Amino acid sequence: MIVEVADLRREFVVRRRAGRLRRTRDVVAAVDGVTFSISPGECVGYIGANGAGKSTTIKMLTGILVPTSGTVRVCGLDPVLQRTALARQIGVVFGQRSQLWWDLPLRDSFRLLAAIHRLPASAAQPRLDECVALLEMEPFLDVPVRQLSLGQRMRGEVTAALLHSPELLVLDEPTIGLDLLSKERLRGFLVRERRERGTTVLLTTHDLPDIERLCERILVVDHGRVAFDGTLPALVARVGAERVLVVDLVEPGPALTDVPGTTLRLVEADGLRQHLAFRQEETTAAAVVAAVSARVELRDLAVTEPDIEDVVRRIYES
Amino acid sequence: MADTADRVVGGLRTDGPTVLAAYGALVRSRVAAQASYRTSFVVDIAAQVLIGLVEFAEVYVVFTQVSDLGGFSFAEVSLIFGLATAAFGLADLVVGHVDRLPFYVRTGQLDAFLLRPLSALGQLVTSDFSLRRLGRVAFSLLVLVIALAAVDINWTPARVALLLSTPIAGAIIFSAVFVATSAVGFWLVDGTEFANAFTYGGNYLSSFPFTVFGSIVRRTFTFVIPVAFVAYLPALALLGRDDRMGMPAWLSWSAGPVALVAWLVALLVWRTGLRHYTGTGS
Repeated sequence: MIVEVADLRREFVVRRRAGRLRRTRDVVAAVDGVTFSISPGECVGYIGANGAGKSTTIKMLTGILVPTSGTVRVCGLDPVLQRTALARQIGVVFGQRSQLWWDLPLRDSFRLLAAIHRLPASAAQPRLDECVALLEMEPFLDVPVRQLSLGQRMRGEVTAALLHSPELLVLDEPTIGLDLLSKERLRGFLVRERRERGTTVLLTTHDLPDIERLCERILVVDHGRVAFDGTLPALVARVGAERVLVVDLVEPGPALTDVPGTTLRLVEADGLRQHLAFRQEETTAAAVVAAVSARVELRDLAVTEPDIEDVVRRIYES
Repeated sequence: MADTADRVVGGLRTDGPTVLAAYGALVRSRVAAQASYRTSFVVDIAAQVLIGLVEFAEVYVVFTQVSDLGGFSFAEVSLIFGLATAAFGLADLVVGHVDRLPFYVRTGQLDAFLLRPLSALGQLVTSDFSLRRLGRVAFSLLVLVIALAAVDINWTPARVALLLSTPIAGAIIFSAVFVATSAVGFWLVDGTEFANAFTYGGNYLSSFPFTVFGSIVRRTFTFVIPVAFVAYLPALALLGRDDRMGMPAWLSWSAGPVALVAWLVALLVWRTGLRHYTGTGS
């Protein structure tokens, strides 16, 4: 096991003003008894609403934060006591905690990180060349980091985390704020990194396509606890997440209440636009489209996927 | 796990650069970044010389009114001033920015340090290198040289060694004060102000003969925050004088051991602070 977490708990003390001088002291558990383990080579999506305890867990896995109780082992090490040893075996891309030097060109940041990780030039250079080629960073290698776009900087951050060829890569919202092309390039790169090197990946995200493309396993945390541990199809089956087909008709038509396997959710503009919800395990988008076009003339259509917030919410409703 | 063991002692490995080389690379990058803004760099140096000049003017103005200060002549006080500000300038140059710890905590930069295989304090120290403070050091050394020419010193090999080692030991003492008081930033959001009270305040006190202070101030800044060892006590030994307040003469030769103890205390405070930070989160 590359990550082993047992009954992990982390409390924070929240002081609040109550009245003019009195202050109350509340203990809040951000992570409340989490147990899971990750095998080498797995890619795990760690998802949950904001404040569910994702960042707190990552801080404890990387040795930035001491657990209140429970045990953590990462790469066989105690993250807090063996922090620097662990830092050489994991790569972390974590929110606002940039590993790059804002006033230096990207190339110099990589050079410094190689020195910090004590990589011999014979190991650092080929690895860097590989990342630069795959992430297409050559055009902006000599630009100071502060002048890079978000997408360019994120490619730099991911390279910074991978320069020392870590066994475990931890990514906190790696695609947030990126445009579609940048997201796809990053996902493709991570898929290749796993295939070529067998790197274990743990990532938090709000983006369902990240999960679909990268992760065979999902951990859902809610209120500091693991609410689900399994595959994406198993999660969707359990909560019955619905996809929605939105159809635009050529002329206003009757409400499509009789399409097999669907539920009519919404009718707009006197029937010009209709929203049909269906479950993946009951029918397919193609079958629904065929059934609809047998009844009315279609002008346009779109399928919306269930989003992660929706999936997480449904875990508790089910 | 053999691989892990090898990595733990990574600093001693021979197949890659060492920890020292890593810090060297960090410092060089900071120096290069500053030197690239040449005009600003020259202006900064000049400003630091000016600050030193203003501080010295303060001593000069006092001596236009009195002929001695706590039993010391203008040249003798200048010697103390030169020793103190040279030591402080050196410490400020190397570790002066550690008092910005609250900023590093707030921006998450400290967490970024903790994700790298180097000590957090080492990275904080090497994250900046204020070369402009060379201006202050150069001015201090100038005052020191002129004062040495003006005072009467019975030179012995021991006194020469004392003179040469004092600014180094003093810089180490001031660095310890910087690190220990800056670690308060782990607890206080406005820790910079707290730290400055002791670092800049200590610099100010240490550039005067301690005979002008009351006994509480004297004792505090000798035995708690040991800045008396930076200039006043060594100056007594150089001038061949006894402390009027009855400090034993051997204390004048003790700046080295005091610097060592000060650093041990500073590292202890830092470790406690860092443990508090990882224990509470921010």
